[in-house]
Amino acid sequence: MAFLEITGLNKAFKGHAIIRDLSVAVEKGEFLVVFGQSGSGKTVLLRLIAGMLQADAGDVRLDGQSLLGVNPEYRDIGMAFQNYALYPHMTAFENIASPLRSRNVPEDEVQKRVHDTARLLRIDHVIDHLPRALSQGQKQRTALGRSLVGRPAVLLLDDPLRNVDAKIRYEMRLELPRLLRSFESTVIYVTQDYKEAMALGDRIAVLVDGTFQQVASPHAVYDAPNNTRIARLFGDPPINLLSVRPAGTAHGLTMRIADTMVALPQTDEALVGRECMLGIRSENVGVSLESTSGIPVTIDAITPLNNRLVMLLRCTDGTEVFASCPQGGPLEGLRGRHQAWADFDLAHALFFDTNDGARL
Amino acid sequence: MQGKSVLRAVSLVLIGLFFLFPLFWVFLMSFMTNADILRNPPSVIFSPTLHNYGALISGNLGTVVGTQKIDYMLNLFNSFVLSSGSVILSLILGVPAAYAFARFKFRLGEDMAFTLLSFRFAPPLLVLLPLLIYFQQMGLYDTYFGLIWVYQLITLPLVLWIVRGYFEDVSEDIELAYRLDGHSWLQTFLRISIPLARPGIAAAALLSFIFAWNNFIFALILGSSSVQPVTVGALAFITASGIEYGQIAAALVLSIVPTLILALFTQRYLVEGLSLGAIKG
Repeated sequence: MAFLEITGLNKAFKGHAIIRDLSVAVEKGEFLVVFGQSGSGKTVLLRLIAGMLQADAGDVRLDGQSLLGVNPEYRDIGMAFQNYALYPHMTAFENIASPLRSRNVPEDEVQKRVHDTARLLRIDHVIDHLPRALSQGQKQRTALGRSLVGRPAVLLLDDPLRNVDAKIRYEMRLELPRLLRSFESTVIYVTQDYKEAMALGDRIAVLVDGTFQQVASPHAVYDAPNNTRIARLFGDPPINLLSVRPAGTAHGLTMRIADTMVALPQTDEALVGRECMLGIRSENVGVSLESTSGIPVTIDAITPLNNRLVMLLRCTDGTEVFASCPQGGPLEGLRGRHQAWADFDLAHALFFDTNDGARL
Repeated sequence: MQGKSVLRAVSLVLIGLFFLFPLFWVFLMSFMTNADILRNPPSVIFSPTLHNYGALISGNLGTVVGTQKIDYMLNLFNSFVLSSGSVILSLILGVPAAYAFARFKFRLGEDMAFTLLSFRFAPPLLVLLPLLIYFQQMGLYDTYFGLIWVYQLITLPLVLWIVRGYFEDVSEDIELAYRLDGHSWLQTFLRISIPLARPGIAAAALLSFIFAWNNFIFALILGSSSVQPVTVGALAFITASGIEYGQIAAALVLSIVPTLILALFTQRYLVEGLSLGAIKG
């Protein structure tokens, strides 16, 4: 039995379902990232786990014990809020000390643990300040310290890096896993930044329309998304999705992409003759100015992004495709429109059902 | 630009004079004899006297036909008891109720809140007669408790509606955070919600104190001189032998001072933006 088990969770507001039949099992010490866009129900899910909201149906079990009807203060759950939710009339010290105060920890122990935590988070020099005198990064660390200091069984982090500037965000992204490991926390981390999800999570749970449509390792979610919606959420530029109908020939499968016939390395007979969506990521589309093989395209635009060049290609039938390649190649510095040839690396191709978007 | 600000200053002074002059004149009158006050044309040059204050404090009202006993100091004390009693009771009842109305959705909640507010709409005269009969039957007539009870019609809706707004502004996340730290609902209410709504509670307390202090009609009908406040007590200065303007002025000044001090004292809380920096921003 898993450490934290959520089964069949449902929550609706005014007849509008926010969480639908959501289940997941989290192991002790695991770092689970809940990834979803705004409005997908992330915050409601956290509130259901924290006990702020009551579920309409389903159960949350921690270490075998059901948390249904248990008040938030008895759940042994720590939470860091996106808006920090610091107590404005208490110093950073008292903010962090709050979980210890509720348990009547002796004063010298409180002093020690708060100062240890503050040192770890590098906010010990501002420990006597009120929240309004803290910078965004310090507030965020104070909120994190408060959620950690009591060593709760489960730590909920609600997009804690959302409101801090880019420098602190990168620092924390590097620091956080080490920090959380030292506290041996079981973590549920909510974010709407797919890169953050990929960087931090042992597993990613993709929340779409109030339910987890995929719970898997970052690699699996990226390389083998369960459906087109998940495929679109991960990757920048977004994955290319083209309508195709693979056909069987004597030499294997082929299909037509923008007036050009290409051979498929896959041998899955189920694809033959079926209308489906071909998903291929930009890094699997190679572009050459000289080649004579491949699909003829026009390079409409080139822009640098994260050390890569991203190109918008237009096929002869008007289909638009994103391609990307490392910077520094022959395409660097290209201006205006150019004729070129695109080579789809179909070993990495994904096929999805046209109707429900499920991967085939 | 220069001319504009001069014009602004001048008009502010004019408006200030218009509203403050009566107060200023009352203040001067409280140091005048009746003869000085009634002189025509009036003059600001006179020999000041503390006679009016002396008469109020000693309780001997000197008129042209002799002295008359008055109990203005008792009236002042009554005003204190009634106003602070009403405010304290309203805070004890109203602050938790305001929190409930702000945080929880419950059946008839809005209706209840509105009913309480509607007490402020009804003219007091409408309910006075039945109240008088009830009060006499229940033994509440001419008691502090009876008046404090009926003053809740004035103070409770004010406290409820002002404080409710402040509780609505307290972030639910902050309360949840405190609960998750392991504190009970009551501890959260006492140590988080109330401190954060403190400016609102101070404002509501001050306003309802002033409203209670200024009330006239309830105390006039529902109490005798033993519990009546300054507003009713001032009627004693209209005597058979004439109106004692100097003593009325002195009584007025004495009755303004407590609310003035209170307002100055609570001003700090009124402007203190406690929740600043609590949430991002």
